[in-house]
Amino acid sequence: MIPPAAFFILAAVLFVLGVLAFFVKKDLLTQFMAVEVMLNAGNLAFLALAKSLGKAEGQVIVLFVITVAAAEAVIGLAIIVLIFRQRKTVQTDELKDLKG
Amino acid sequence: MVWVVFLILSFLCIGSVAAMIFSRNQAHNALFLVLSFSSLGGLFGLLDAPFAAAVQVLVYAGAIMVLFLFAIMMFNLRGELPARVKKARLALTVGLGTVLLAELLLAGRKLVLGSPGAGPAAGGDTARLGHFLFSDYLYAFEITSLLILAALVGALALAGKREGS
Repeated sequence: MIPPAAFFILAAVLFVLGVLAFFVKKDLLTQFMAVEVMLNAGNLAFLALAKSLGKAEGQVIVLFVITVAAAEAVIGLAIIVLIFRQRKTVQTDELKDLKG
Repeated sequence: MVWVVFLILSFLCIGSVAAMIFSRNQAHNALFLVLSFSSLGGLFGLLDAPFAAAVQVLVYAGAIMVLFLFAIMMFNLRGELPARVKKARLALTVGLGTVLLAELLLAGRKLVLGSPGAGPAAGGDTARLGHFLFSDYLYAFEITSLLILAALVGALALAGKREGS
């Protein structure tokens, strides 16, 4: 049997990789994918806890997280498509109108 | 045995996210993420959460990543591929399709040939999950449906606008 600690370590590594990808990458789409990676790391931790505590509530939370992630992806991609239509680019380096 | 599966899946998962960081092609990034989420679905299965695993593969690796790929295809349209690459891709597609068919047949063999006594034993956990979803978490569940409706309307309002209107 695999101890929950192994899953927690994996979730932590995955989350850190997501944060890294978010800061390293320069285009909006890949940064958005990095956010999805972070959400998934959270899901993995929730499921590992659900298993180790023997409760099904963790799985319920995971379902909600996946639903919210789907809604978030739809809105986020719509916004990115809008940005691309207006600016013809999704590189964050070229989108700095809000810089003070 | 379980450890071997765990190590393979976690290696695939972390490896494809790392490959996403190093790759510069957005479409490749999305496909790496599909691989990562699929292997994460396998890990969910290892955690005795078959329903979450199925939802992970169907919704995340399927629906959400297809959405990403559609968005990427709107952004960078490239010219047609050279014929040699096209042929190699066709061969690869046929090969992978054959492997998938073999896998499905192997998995379905037990169902078709029958040994009716050995029905699906796993499912008690999923039943408990459904019970939670429609009793303790009923409000949250209903609010979720409202959230999806709001996201649908919002996406239409944002991206459905014509240029200049």
